[in-house]
Amino acid sequence: MPDLPAAAAHPAPADPIVDVRGLGRSFTVSEGPFLRRTRRTVHAVADVGFTVPRGAIVGYLGPNGAGKSTTMKMLTGILSPSSGTVRVAGLEPARQRTRLAARIGVVFGQRTTLWWDLPLRDSLALTRHLYHVPATDHARRLAELTELLELGPFLRTPVRQLSLGQRMRGDLTAALLHDPELLVLDEPTIGLDVVSKSTIREFLLKLNAERGTTILLTTHDLGDVERLCRRVMVIDHGRLAFDGDIAALRDSAPAPRTLVVDLAAPTAPITVAGARCVAVEGPRQWLELDANPAAVIAAVAAEHEVADLTLREPDIEEVVADLYRRPAGERGRITA
Amino acid sequence: MRVLFAVFSYELRRFSTYRVATAAGVFTNSVFGVINAMVLLAVFDAKPEINGYVAEDAVLQVFVAQAMIGPVAIFGPPLDLADRIRTGEIAVDLLRPVHPLLWWLAHDLGRAAFSLAFRSAPTFTVGLLVFALPPPAAPEQWAGFAAAILLATLVGFGLRYLYAISGFWLMDTRGVHATAWLLGTFASGMVLPLVLFPDAMAQVLRLLPFAALVQVPAEILMDKATLPGGTIAGGLAYQAAWAAALIAIGTLLTARATRKVVVQGG
Repeated sequence: MPDLPAAAAHPAPADPIVDVRGLGRSFTVSEGPFLRRTRRTVHAVADVGFTVPRGAIVGYLGPNGAGKSTTMKMLTGILSPSSGTVRVAGLEPARQRTRLAARIGVVFGQRTTLWWDLPLRDSLALTRHLYHVPATDHARRLAELTELLELGPFLRTPVRQLSLGQRMRGDLTAALLHDPELLVLDEPTIGLDVVSKSTIREFLLKLNAERGTTILLTTHDLGDVERLCRRVMVIDHGRLAFDGDIAALRDSAPAPRTLVVDLAAPTAPITVAGARCVAVEGPRQWLELDANPAAVIAAVAAEHEVADLTLREPDIEEVVADLYRRPAGERGRITA
Repeated sequence: MRVLFAVFSYELRRFSTYRVATAAGVFTNSVFGVINAMVLLAVFDAKPEINGYVAEDAVLQVFVAQAMIGPVAIFGPPLDLADRIRTGEIAVDLLRPVHPLLWWLAHDLGRAAFSLAFRSAPTFTVGLLVFALPPPAAPEQWAGFAAAILLATLVGFGLRYLYAISGFWLMDTRGVHATAWLLGTFASGMVLPLVLFPDAMAQVLRLLPFAALVQVPAEILMDKATLPGGTIAGGLAYQAAWAAALIAIGTLLTARATRKVVVQGG
């Protein structure tokens, strides 16, 4: 991939680019048959608070209906909060939506900003007028993004004939041509194949590293999270259930780490302090750890002839699934 | 402004990709116009002059009406906006730094301009040739008619914008559109010139915005005394007033809608 010029085009002053305090949004839902309709208030988001420093990549996770998209809509100004305050790039999104639009780029993975029946390049050309980008800057950025996202072969193809992966790359380009400080992505890799996902992830990492663009993304794809995010926030039932880095997320889960031991010869299940043998298969044994792995490894090596050892971290998917499943009372707020 | 011009020209180009639909439009408008004209000729055969209209006037109005179907979209299509509100795609539109009404106006003017050139002009020409109608000679009638087409397009947009944004409150606008298409057909003078309606009814219909879509442009082309104020200028003022009123209401409702907007679907 070629380099993006002007490294760290978006310097990182101390103030956070996203500052959310006590944010809440409720909806009134009408239910039941016509004459016996009842109204009910649903709190899609309740008392959510977080900040995102400039230059970060933050994942915003949660099961369907947890309030992810509602939060994103409030951050981008297309939905006003019922309570609390939001500031994005120093602006109040719902009241300054138009000004904010020039400072942020947004991609909703399930929707498109592109002109369905026209060639991709027409939709991209429009962004120049939309955001008043000087022609030379626009041409330079379009050339860069075309190369990085490999748009060349389908720039002249009508959008309706693009594959989902191509369309997503087109949408990303459209969101980035005005060089926003913050990129908000709502499920950017939904429905994409492994190669397309990987292209997009590598691109986002490069964008963040070289231009300092802050990225906030929601996703159900934990591969995205592991590859991209240093920090994750988990929202559930409208409340923040977790805010911290991936390691802390793993630590927060009761899913234990596993030590896989390959012995020189099959033996009876190993018994050591701080571990419990959960499976035996010939010379291989699985030990579930509840203490420091170093001590367990030393103890095992002292008593047995060990051919090989592997320490397995709990799968992030299991950790998150466990977090989603936890009953509301226990969920509380874990901040690391 | 640049962005609106770009949107206008993209829409114009987008519609130019629908060639079969355009040809079919010219064909159906022309055929329906001929049938409609024959019926009216039969009416005028029984009574040669009705409220200042003679047979040629009625036939000319029929082809003005058929020509206006495209630009003012009396029978649809609804603005794409309606569907975007229903599916939640509107979220993407609201992210653009352009007022939604201006965005959709630029869209619709692009569509109307294409329609005017490639649907209205051929249909109108067919009518003039088939019925050997002498076109009006006075340049002020043609100038007035050109302005009337633009104003009618704005009124048509204003109405369709309101139908579409009713979706913010109604969740589904098919009922609104069905009612509106039916009302628009009769109240605009599309099928029957308003001069053929009973007097009291015609007077009420002439107050509504629908008359600005067909009846008034046709009367401007023919410079009829039945125009508001009896003059071409009066007719244009009536159209302009409705266009301004509808667009003002649309702007107001857009502000309300975006304040309370519930974007549908995840």
